[in-house]
Amino acid sequence: MSATMPRAADATAALARAHASADLNAFVTLADTTDVDVAVRTATSGLLQGVPVAVKDNIATSVLSTSCGSRILEGWMSPYEATAVTKLRDAGAVIIGKTNMDEFAMGSSTENSAFGPTLNPLDRTRVPGGSSGGSAAAVAGGICRIAYGSETGGSVRQPAAFCGIVGVKPTYGRVSRFGLVAFASSLDHIGVFGATVDDAAVGLQVIAGHDRQDATSVDLPVDDYRAEAGRPLDGLVVGVPVEYFPTSLDGRIRARCDRAIDMLRQNGAEIRHVSLPHTELAIPVYYILAPAEASSNLARFDGVRYGPRAATDDLRGMYEQTRSQGFGPEVTRRIILGTYVLSQGHYDAYYLKAMRVREKITQDFAAVFASGVHVLFTPTTPTPAFGFGTKSDPLEMYLSDIFTATANLAGVPAMSQPIGLVDGMPVGGQLLAAHFREADMFRAAFALEQALGSEALS
Amino acid sequence: MAVTEADVLHVAVLARLAMPAGRVPALVRELNGILDHMAVLETVDVSSVGEDARAPMPRRPDVVAPVPLVRPLAGFAPAPRDGFLLVPRLSTHSQLGASEGEE
Repeated sequence: MSATMPRAADATAALARAHASADLNAFVTLADTTDVDVAVRTATSGLLQGVPVAVKDNIATSVLSTSCGSRILEGWMSPYEATAVTKLRDAGAVIIGKTNMDEFAMGSSTENSAFGPTLNPLDRTRVPGGSSGGSAAAVAGGICRIAYGSETGGSVRQPAAFCGIVGVKPTYGRVSRFGLVAFASSLDHIGVFGATVDDAAVGLQVIAGHDRQDATSVDLPVDDYRAEAGRPLDGLVVGVPVEYFPTSLDGRIRARCDRAIDMLRQNGAEIRHVSLPHTELAIPVYYILAPAEASSNLARFDGVRYGPRAATDDLRGMYEQTRSQGFGPEVTRRIILGTYVLSQGHYDAYYLKAMRVREKITQDFAAVFASGVHVLFTPTTPTPAFGFGTKSDPLEMYLSDIFTATANLAGVPAMSQPIGLVDGMPVGGQLLAAHFREADMFRAAFALEQALGSEALS
Repeated sequence: MAVTEADVLHVAVLARLAMPAGRVPALVRELNGILDHMAVLETVDVSSVGEDARAPMPRRPDVVAPVPLVRPLAGFAPAPRDGFLLVPRLSTHSQLGASEGEE
């Protein structure tokens, strides 16, 4: 267990902290005290024995409901549980609650939850990021040190950056998505938040690995991520992609990144400037492919198999009314957009073109890593956490994913860690690595965290 | 390739979404703003990428694996019969045969 993490089984205390922090609205559902007590008593072994964790509300649990932040699944009890949840229980972790999120993970601020927005614990007038904002707030608010979220375009890394904590998206196929409610299946990942790099490393370690229940899960050995702590960076090549540092980037964020890059260099890393030329296309590609996949995945929510059912007498009306009453505005917008780009006459121009450009983005990463670069360093977001209601234009909100969506499109692992403050709010530095090379990423992250020390949040 | 109100209404039918008339103009505006941003893709040369852009994808055997339920079927589908799950009757299906409670 982490030296920085109390060994004592403090799940009950964490649950009390969650209740005391109810104003954050970080949780949709909290576990019963008795269930937590039983879980603590039965957690007799494992890497996370007795450690309280929070789980995003789109990851299926058998005891707590799984609503995906949506009225259409409010109170839904899954008949099966996610493989990641089973692995957590096997590792002795105690799940204290299900965390708030943008509805069906569609959003970058957690303002789209049917159960109200989550507040940023560092400044309650600002968003915590999204879509996994509840999990980020639970860690940043000191309720628990490890929480789980999901990523389709940056929904772990962006809230981690906004809340001053560590957020990791593993390689596509590294962590089973069995039991993760699908949004965009070719882009969805389960990710982890940690108060420190070590917490995130432990949190990923226990859920990583092959699972026959997920056809996209890959049967490759899982590295020991914590073994990377304290390793010098000699021989590590860090690429700095020019496209992630446009002239429009806030100079203060650039300065924090420059300081972090200097620290990596001082710790032995070789810094190399590289190019990922199709980066600017990531948002157009992402916002075609993700809504297209969502329009198909969310077709199953029609009042027949899940959730509440609108009271009408005809079948088509029941489908339409159930879905319209159950889905919020952003989910409706994306279903309409996704159905449009897949419809006759538009498929080739939008969906097929986006799939081909996605391959170009993937090839960019492959070429850079094949050239000898081990990890890439970039800013995680173009701004610190913004205020509630300040991004009412959907496109403006989508553009906040500009530095994170590429990793989901290419399937490479990526993580964010705090590298300083701007306007009193944290900003994140992002590390990316080649497929299944999470260990390289953690090696750099451990060293950077140690080098920054208290300056990570100053 | 501007989106029209008729497009939105047509797509809403395809997506099985009831679409209040008052919501349509805003959706048209929002979708056109988003799709304008996507127009940059038209300029990208993808001739080096084949039509099946993600091929070759690995394939698994086409075998159905049972879902490991943590609760018995009756816990969430209270009316199973002959391997099927009974659901409430809709009036539009009244001519199609009996369902639970009307046998």
